[in-house]
Amino acid sequence: MKPKYLLGLLVILGALGYMVFGGLGRNLVYFLTPSEYLQDQARYQNRPVRLGGLVKPGTVQYDKDRLELRFVLTDGVAEVPILHKGTPPGMFKEGQGVVVEGRFQGGVFQGTNLLVKHSETYQAPKAGWTPEEVRKLIEEAK
Amino acid sequence: MLNAAHPERPDALTWVFLGLGLLLLPLGLYLALAAPPDVNQGYLARIMYLHVPGAWLGYLAFAVTFVYSLLYLFRQDPRYDRVASASAEIGLVFMGLALVTGMLWARPTWGVYWTWEPRLTTTAILFAVYVGYFLLRGAIEDPELRRKAAAAVGILGFLNVPISYMSVKWWRSLHQTQSIDLTTGKIHMDPAMLQALLLNLVVFTFLYLGFVRFRGFLAALEERKEEA
Repeated sequence: MKPKYLLGLLVILGALGYMVFGGLGRNLVYFLTPSEYLQDQARYQNRPVRLGGLVKPGTVQYDKDRLELRFVLTDGVAEVPILHKGTPPGMFKEGQGVVVEGRFQGGVFQGTNLLVKHSETYQAPKAGWTPEEVRKLIEEAK
Repeated sequence: MLNAAHPERPDALTWVFLGLGLLLLPLGLYLALAAPPDVNQGYLARIMYLHVPGAWLGYLAFAVTFVYSLLYLFRQDPRYDRVASASAEIGLVFMGLALVTGMLWARPTWGVYWTWEPRLTTTAILFAVYVGYFLLRGAIEDPELRRKAAAAVGILGFLNVPISYMSVKWWRSLHQTQSIDLTTGKIHMDPAMLQALLLNLVVFTFLYLGFVRFRGFLAALEERKEEA
């Protein structure tokens, strides 16, 4: 065997090992639902976890000056209050499926990363989204 | 997929596939840009016309590598090994395209370029296995041992393709499930978008077929040079 290829193979095997045992092992359960979390709260205390659920309509509060986003995450059974520092992602809205990375601190889940799930359904809008309208939206945002 | 009759030039079918692919590419691009935006994602959804064909051809290419690796092990004909390796190479290019376009799509929609969720993790493993396939080929000097070892990786590596495809259904994931679901036959897409996506799938499949045949032809040339 040529040494340089052998080295490459070892790197690949190492990367695969890392992904299978480090990455995938932890991520077979990519996120917990609020009910699962609350059932086994002691286990996840002070440990970073991902919580997944829906943004409960009517609970979103965004403080523009302090960049603090507060909302309630629900799975229909249990609810968890979330505090995320930073701007909400573009597709964040009420009723949307989200995954929050972070940890619990004093009854509030402190999010460090907010990920927005979107559906597999693609539909054309009934009105709007023409290039002119999009341009206008961009102008307004400036 | 085998070039045997006139080894000094690619055969007509190779040129037909490449020609059709290149001719239809502008039409695919036109349909993709003419398709309506998505109601939630707006124009961002258009990256799907590159992302989905990339992933589909990655899967298809690795499936072809799987079949030709099996054929090689049974028949011991180096022609099968050439097709297997050509397909794996083109598959890596398309899988890489799917990964890159996926990251570009994920940042504005999900909020991150990358996260270790099931679909992304299994696809990253898939990509790494086929990079390993080529490192293994480079590491072994004895041609027969090289082909056999590569065939083993080509067969075992394919196991990950159905896992990657089904990962969004088997595990909780951030990645959405299939919009054209091959397991249930359901389609969750506007007809105009579907038409653009299907045409792009066909165009890129032509390109893949042309590329693989061309790469197989080059591999045959290389082999003859080595022997001479």
